Amino acid sequence: MIAAYLVMLIPLIGILFFAFVGHQRETGQLNVRFNAVTLLATIWLAVNVLNNGTILSAGKAFIVDSFNVYLIVLTAFVGLTTSIFSAPYMEHEKQRGKLTEKRLKLYYSMYQGFMLAMYLVLTTNNMGVMWVAMEGATLATVLLVSLYRTPESIEAAWKYFILCGVGIAQALFGTILLYYAAVQIGDGDNALLWSVLFDNAARLNPEILELAFVFMLIGYGTKIGLVPLHNWLPDAHSEGPTPMSAVLSGLLLNDALYAVVRNKMLVDGATHTNMAGLLMMGFGLLSFLVAALFLHRQKDIKRLFSYSSIEHMGVMTFAFGMGGASATFAALLHMTVHSLTKSAIFVTVGHAAQLAGTQQMEKIRGLIKTQPEIGWGLLIGTVAIAGFPPFGVFTSEFLVLVATMHSYPWLAPVLLLGIGVAFAGLFRHIQPIVYGERPEGQQPIKANLWPVMIHLALVLWLGLAIPDFLANWFSQATQLISGSVPL
Amino acid sequence: MNLEQQDFYTQAILSMAALVGLTSFLMLGQGRLLRLIFVFALQGLLLTQTTALAAYSLDSHHLYISALLTLVLKVLFIPWMLRRQVLMLNLHRDVEALKNNTFVMLGGAALMVFSYYVLHPIVQTSSAVMLNALAVSLSVVLLGMLLMISHRQAIAHVVGFMSIENGLFFAAIVATRGMPMVVELGIAFDVLVAAVLFGIFFFHISTSIDSLDVDRMNRLHEVDR
Repeated sequence: MIAAYLVMLIPLIGILFFAFVGHQRETGQLNVRFNAVTLLATIWLAVNVLNNGTILSAGKAFIVDSFNVYLIVLTAFVGLTTSIFSAPYMEHEKQRGKLTEKRLKLYYSMYQGFMLAMYLVLTTNNMGVMWVAMEGATLATVLLVSLYRTPESIEAAWKYFILCGVGIAQALFGTILLYYAAVQIGDGDNALLWSVLFDNAARLNPEILELAFVFMLIGYGTKIGLVPLHNWLPDAHSEGPTPMSAVLSGLLLNDALYAVVRNKMLVDGATHTNMAGLLMMGFGLLSFLVAALFLHRQKDIKRLFSYSSIEHMGVMTFAFGMGGASATFAALLHMTVHSLTKSAIFVTVGHAAQLAGTQQMEKIRGLIKTQPEIGWGLLIGTVAIAGFPPFGVFTSEFLVLVATMHSYPWLAPVLLLGIGVAFAGLFRHIQPIVYGERPEGQQPIKANLWPVMIHLALVLWLGLAIPDFLANWFSQATQLISGSVPL
Repeated sequence: MNLEQQDFYTQAILSMAALVGLTSFLMLGQGRLLRLIFVFALQGLLLTQTTALAAYSLDSHHLYISALLTLVLKVLFIPWMLRRQVLMLNLHRDVEALKNNTFVMLGGAALMVFSYYVLHPIVQTSSAVMLNALAVSLSVVLLGMLLMISHRQAIAHVVGFMSIENGLFFAAIVATRGMPMVVELGIAFDVLVAAVLFGIFFFHISTSIDSLDVDRMNRLHEVDR
């Protein structure tokens, strides 16, 4: 359990360190080291869980089981690679005069703050604390979205603040209803603990839990970016600094979905109906289709990929909602591969935008001719995210499709259509960007593409063969969520 | 349900719920920012009283702490901060002309009825008092959202945002004698940080668009036109 406390403690030290010690030349590298140490701690934690099963801390404040442990490692991993990318990126932004020393200090401090909030969401056993940490993540990222202090970024940050704040207030109402149902059967202090609730789920009042879930889904759904509550997402992603887009898409959305799934497990236990699942399927499918269509009309490259995030979160919500072993397994896998691919894409997009000096897709041209590694990185990333074999996204989307064929065959054509539309939307924009004629005077920039290559290699690996220990994790998690073993 | 047959605590809670609901309506129709902030502080005071009452009647002492937190945050600190911002940005002289005030008020009434409708299933599981208390809290949440939709000033949005939190706290106190202490402290911390962030944002918004009228923040579009 020491590992779990370490995972929380290191980012906390990080916040204070960057806030007070101040900016030096090496701050970016220090941020990398903080994240690297946290990653080691999470791996230690994961090994513990793999050997001993679910860990419940003394006082039951934290729970680490097979479902959240892989998300914790994933969070630490993406946090690390993004920090490797962000160190030279932010330095470059400073040289262009877009940022001052003081803002960089704020940036690194809040980066650690965001990571802390993410770990807390994932490890806490208390549904109330989960809400607090989720709101904390919003507060930490609001300042990052407005980091450039342009009118656009301030507008985006304000929209994000208000919409997510109000949205997530609904989730608090849901949590209060959940607590209300819980105190009717048990004692007050432990009543919000997830492990206690899960053990007693069958005794919870189904009517109250159904109501609570509706509020939870709306609340955390705002954070997942489910249509029609997605409005803040493209703005926040496109106006904030690029490393932020990578962690928002790769981590924050996952964690919000994680919160919904934890709640769904409770509601399913209480109601014995598929009501929660059907709601999630509806919202997920709607998000998927609407985002696929919106991909076609984008002009800003970061907005394009933020719509792609909405689309993929839609697929995951749909799959978790469908339930059953194979769909749940697919959703867990999709969470992983989407995080890896999307953060890799945002890293390349950040470099491409710095190369062209703009985020307008019309003006970004000829990447392969100017700097082949960025061009190829973007192209391969897009191929991966569009769901081409042999990448991992293909595997998970295929599994979702197979599960749909089994449970709701009439929805399979809709899914296929959406995948096709999204694929066309992505490639009509990306093709000229990478292959087009390069503009006059476009110079290569200093770029570190190691994070991208590692991420994409991992996604490729997951597409070709899922390693045993990972498959084992996913199976255990699937069993925990859906109650049956996959395949 | 016959009101006279209820015990004193129940009657007091029901009156408090009615008053909290009333303050939400008062805020909804208010065009002057300073008065809006005053009514918001009033709502916070009602919430403090409710919490203290619950702490006393139900003998749950940890509620005194949350009463104190509410008093400091929602009655003193946030209204003081907002008032200072309004005076500093010289907004206290303008009256915001609310469009369709009648419709907004009718919409508010409809939202209240809707809250009762939504929460009706729980009446089988608990007392009618609980239904009233929860329905009023939900309607305070929804009225807070309506307040944010109908007003254009960023300060009014913050008041709406914070009054949503008031509604949630009311539900937490009345329905469940408050959340566990660690959650209450966490939420109070979040509210405090949010209040400070709002202050920072007022400054940035007013320097970037030269007013706090959020209708003038319209640079970002869903798709390019």
